[in-house]
Amino acid sequence: MKHHFSVAVGPTGFRIGAAWRAPIAALEQLYAAYPKPEEGLADFTVRLEPQTRLRLWLRPSVAINGDFMLPDALPLPLAQGVLAAEMGMNLQMAMGQRHFLLLHASSVERDGKALILTGESGSGKSTLSALLGERGWRFMGDEFALIDPVSGLAYPFPRPISLKNEAIAVMTDALPADRFGPLLPGTPKGDIRHMIPAFSAIAAMSVPARPALILFPRFGYAADVRDMGGSEVFVRLTQASTNYVALGERGFDALSNLVTQVPARAIDYPDTENAVALVEKLWAEYT
Amino acid sequence: MRRDVEALYAADPRTGFRICPLDSLTAYYHRRSGVTHVVADPVPQILTALHGTPLSLEALLAHLVAADGLIITEDSKAALAERLEELCTIGLVLRI
Repeated sequence: MKHHFSVAVGPTGFRIGAAWRAPIAALEQLYAAYPKPEEGLADFTVRLEPQTRLRLWLRPSVAINGDFMLPDALPLPLAQGVLAAEMGMNLQMAMGQRHFLLLHASSVERDGKALILTGESGSGKSTLSALLGERGWRFMGDEFALIDPVSGLAYPFPRPISLKNEAIAVMTDALPADRFGPLLPGTPKGDIRHMIPAFSAIAAMSVPARPALILFPRFGYAADVRDMGGSEVFVRLTQASTNYVALGERGFDALSNLVTQVPARAIDYPDTENAVALVEKLWAEYT
Repeated sequence: MRRDVEALYAADPRTGFRICPLDSLTAYYHRRSGVTHVVADPVPQILTALHGTPLSLEALLAHLVAADGLIITEDSKAALAERLEELCTIGLVLRI
């Protein structure tokens, strides 16, 4: 590819190639504090290419290709090239990562222990992890929690946080402008703006933590905490995992250990301040 | 119903599963198929009873009553036969 960029996020190295300079320049700004893959070797490749040769110049649109591809994925406008790269990186992880049990979850760490937040899109797990990462917790990731099937430890994947819609103002009001990428309006997921994690979180991207609490947040309801049975937690985590089936017995063992050893609760919250208060209360109670 | 009386049922050997009791449900990872099943009582008791020694429907019912306190009703035998057929269909139990 004409332009390319390599980066390590947690234990995984990526090489991103693009037919245009602009998305690579944007990635270089977002990932300026991140290391390169060890010995220059990337685990996964993402290619941002024009849908057709003509689309290199005329209303350029970015098709996401790489080691793993979704043939039906719609191309994005060039202005959303960073989002295309992010989606490509997520896809490689979701389909290709075999070393870890992947949970679609955000995670933060304190005192060597990890809090895992998992839920459907819109549950607020990205915003919560971003906020906690600025309030005394170490941000570990907003997309994937990586569970090592051997040790049971959670490994970070602290890529820039993908803030959406109302969550953008919550964080831009609290942090300086140089912590954010450009606003990407009108993406398939609404408005998106990337937030660069605290430097300390990036510097500690290879330091795992022992899972100590799993929360299933739900935004838009009165503050509440609900106990969950082991079977509900087990089933919801299999649904939250992108590679549970692919890992076979290793996946079952990793998930069984997580469910039987780590307390889990469902929480409802009306706003982020209530959510932070609930998290702190439950953390004090269960760790 | 002569076939049901005479048929013997056996579970895959215990080493064929990974088992995780969760709450009122139990998760089984079936090594041969690579499929996870989350099952309710009396499936764990059935699989335990059928490990090692193949049993007929009648003998299995008697075992579940004696060992697990299963309460017999007039539907018990038919219900157990249905469960066994389901377990045969998903491969956790074999008809031999």
